[in-house]
Amino acid sequence: MKDFARLFTAVDQTTRTTAKTKALAEFFREASDDDKLWTIALFSGRRPKRAVTTTQLREWASERAGIPLWLLEESYPIVGDLAETIALVLPPAAQETDRPLSHWIKDLGGLAQVDIDVRRGRILAAWDQLDATERFLFNKLITGGWRIGVSQKLMTRALAQATGQDEAALALKLMGGWTPDDTTYHDLIEAEDAQADLSRPYPFYLAYQLDDPAADLGSPDDWQAEWKWDGIRGQLVVRGGAHHLWSRGEELMTDRFPELARARDFLPDGTVIDGEVMAWDAEARQPLPFNTLQQRIGRKTVPKKLLREAPVSILAYDLLEQDGADLRDVPMQDRRARLDALIAGLPEDAPVLPSPLVAFSDWDDLARQRATARDFRAEGVMLKRKDSPYLSGRKKGDWWKWKLDPLTIDAVMIYAQQGSGRRANLFTDFTFAVWDGDALVPFTKAYSGLTDAEFDKITRWVRRNTVERYGPVRQVTPHHVFEIAFEGIQASPRHKSGVALRFPRMSRWRHDKPKDEANTLADLKDMLAAYG
Amino acid sequence: MTQRVLTFTERGIYCPAGDFYIDPWRPVDRALITHGHADHAREGHARYLATEAAAPVMRYRLGEIDLETIRYGETRRIGDATVSFHPAGHIPGSAQVRVEVGGEVWVVSGDYKTEKDGFCEDFEPVTCHSFITECTFGLPVFTWESQATVAEEINTWWAKNAAEGRTSMLGAYSLGKAQRLLALVDPSIGPVLTHGAVEGTNGVLRAQGYNLPDTTQVLPDTDAKSYKGALVLAPPSALGTPWARRFGPVSAAFASGWMRLRGVRRRRAGDRGFVLSDHADWDGLIGAIRETGAENVYCTHGYTDIFARWLKSEGWNAEVVPTEFGGEEDEDRAATEAA
Repeated sequence: MKDFARLFTAVDQTTRTTAKTKALAEFFREASDDDKLWTIALFSGRRPKRAVTTTQLREWASERAGIPLWLLEESYPIVGDLAETIALVLPPAAQETDRPLSHWIKDLGGLAQVDIDVRRGRILAAWDQLDATERFLFNKLITGGWRIGVSQKLMTRALAQATGQDEAALALKLMGGWTPDDTTYHDLIEAEDAQADLSRPYPFYLAYQLDDPAADLGSPDDWQAEWKWDGIRGQLVVRGGAHHLWSRGEELMTDRFPELARARDFLPDGTVIDGEVMAWDAEARQPLPFNTLQQRIGRKTVPKKLLREAPVSILAYDLLEQDGADLRDVPMQDRRARLDALIAGLPEDAPVLPSPLVAFSDWDDLARQRATARDFRAEGVMLKRKDSPYLSGRKKGDWWKWKLDPLTIDAVMIYAQQGSGRRANLFTDFTFAVWDGDALVPFTKAYSGLTDAEFDKITRWVRRNTVERYGPVRQVTPHHVFEIAFEGIQASPRHKSGVALRFPRMSRWRHDKPKDEANTLADLKDMLAAYG
Repeated sequence: MTQRVLTFTERGIYCPAGDFYIDPWRPVDRALITHGHADHAREGHARYLATEAAAPVMRYRLGEIDLETIRYGETRRIGDATVSFHPAGHIPGSAQVRVEVGGEVWVVSGDYKTEKDGFCEDFEPVTCHSFITECTFGLPVFTWESQATVAEEINTWWAKNAAEGRTSMLGAYSLGKAQRLLALVDPSIGPVLTHGAVEGTNGVLRAQGYNLPDTTQVLPDTDAKSYKGALVLAPPSALGTPWARRFGPVSAAFASGWMRLRGVRRRRAGDRGFVLSDHADWDGLIGAIRETGAENVYCTHGYTDIFARWLKSEGWNAEVVPTEFGGEEDEDRAATEAA
């Protein structure tokens, strides 16, 4: 694992993408096939089967470190990563060893077959032969979540450099439902015509945020507009008599949305649709509020009641494959015409609906329509160049999301809590309140939106203005006013204020505003009535 | 009932028997100062008392102040209290303050580290009944490698940069950390350049007799790029500023105990983070507390709640006390603003 640890250190010690790519490519040139395969798997969000629970890890680590469990638990949120916390509290290793990454992973796989005491013994033995970085990586193999500044794109580029293969072709090979247990490096990467995986989606094309007025884009005739939905981006793949639904993060969501199984009755084999999974009100022919869809997110099995109350459909906006042919190089407007022809004639109860185009005469007209997006439960408009191919990843130029300006409210900070990980020694998590008569009613938390310098400044202020401590939470003197921006507002009986915000963040520190001039609960209720 | 030896007030730690404060954060008549960092040695007090070793830096930073000095270990009577200063191992001149009233002994640690750094005066445990301890790094995740190990890492990094034609830019607090690093690095690798905030302190400490290798201050007309393979020592807040851009291609690093956490390292460090602190690590804190023999421990500055809870679980009477010490980030800001 020493070569893998060296790779990690090299990547972790630099912010330069070229240096990271170089280190990865070097690793891909030198490592064994098994280690390469696992490295690709790890950096594309796959991980070994979890053989021990994180609860067990915590217990064993606290015993080994000679500290009470609660102390490890308290340290974890400050460090921000369990694998790292454990690596940091353990005493130095007694021995040294250099077994390859894939061997350690194989050992972890074997733990499922042995009883708990043997598992514990093997984990403790591993900790005792690994240095600090290797231990962290070993723990990461168990806990998952490799946020080490290597995107799948960067990894694919490095692999392309190391193998001499085309980057886009490699990206396609890496998609889909493979795991290192059911393939080899040769089959996945090197095999000339690797048995095309029928479930495999295409890499998603992602839009950039448009900040400038749309007029900069040239003639409106070159563009098509659609509503920008606040749902879950998904690719519906129908091939070989089966269907698969993929999220943008390449997660397979097929089982979570069983409604879409019926797509097989309507769509021929060799069809791939790009669209938005939405909770859909079939009678009103409009989306249900986002919190309806939220009930479905993260649920692997769906009870019947929820299927009735929160039914989903996919609003299709692109056709990437038809009759088994890759359409990504076909111009956008032609793909759209084919999509419309394919699904226009479907019965009303088909789970695939066209995401309507928004007709517009000029940019001002589109700006006016965009302003009404909330009426359609949309969060803005999408602009797509009519002659654009379907690219992969986030590329500037052909696709833009032109979102509504967020809603904002001025609120008083009343509680503060220290952050974790990158922000361990700063106060970054705040609770905000609005006025209800003389009382301040908390209505949201927010963590982001300030610069590092502003976080530094507010941290210093919090230390000096703490009124009361409740464990890690500090009540502070009501003084500072922040503008809170958010994307939506919903009624919520669970919250004291009666509302819940979507994507709240601090958009501005209102140094200019005294606390008495912050907004009121009545203002918030008005927004709920208008936009909820 | 007798009065407590030390109490915690809005202005800071106060001794009623001697009518003085220790490291107060608002102006007072009489202030005993543990060390020269900006969050401990503040402006505006009528009278100051500090160690002889700390005095030059305090005068350099605070200007004309009414400053009385005291040798390490020397006792002095103030009102009904007897005070003495003992090395804290934090930075040159840093001290713990021992206060005895009617046979009861309290010690204020100030900031301290227990590892001998070969540069400033070594930490000295002082027996007491009550110990007011900092706990900046009072979590078991904070344990330091030996100074020799870190020195080797830094020298390796510097030599590699020099070989690749890059300037090594090392961020370190201008009082204490910067000089400790100077004493650690291998000057045979290349020239050492300094930011004005660092060099000012170097001058003061050299004049006092602290042994530091030769350095060259970067001035407005310095041709920075002509110093091939140089190591530049600057306050962290100078990194990433126009000042730092004159050196051409650099590898930027930061030396601090916070670098122990990967998240903070990625936020603060640029290319490299070296785990080197002038504060005690987890084991250092506990060792120091044990050695005082104190029954009562007051935790100030840092992860106070968690650290006090652990002390209680181990049988100490432990309490959290409020603080306005800002830590070295304040120090860093003060240094660059002064420079």
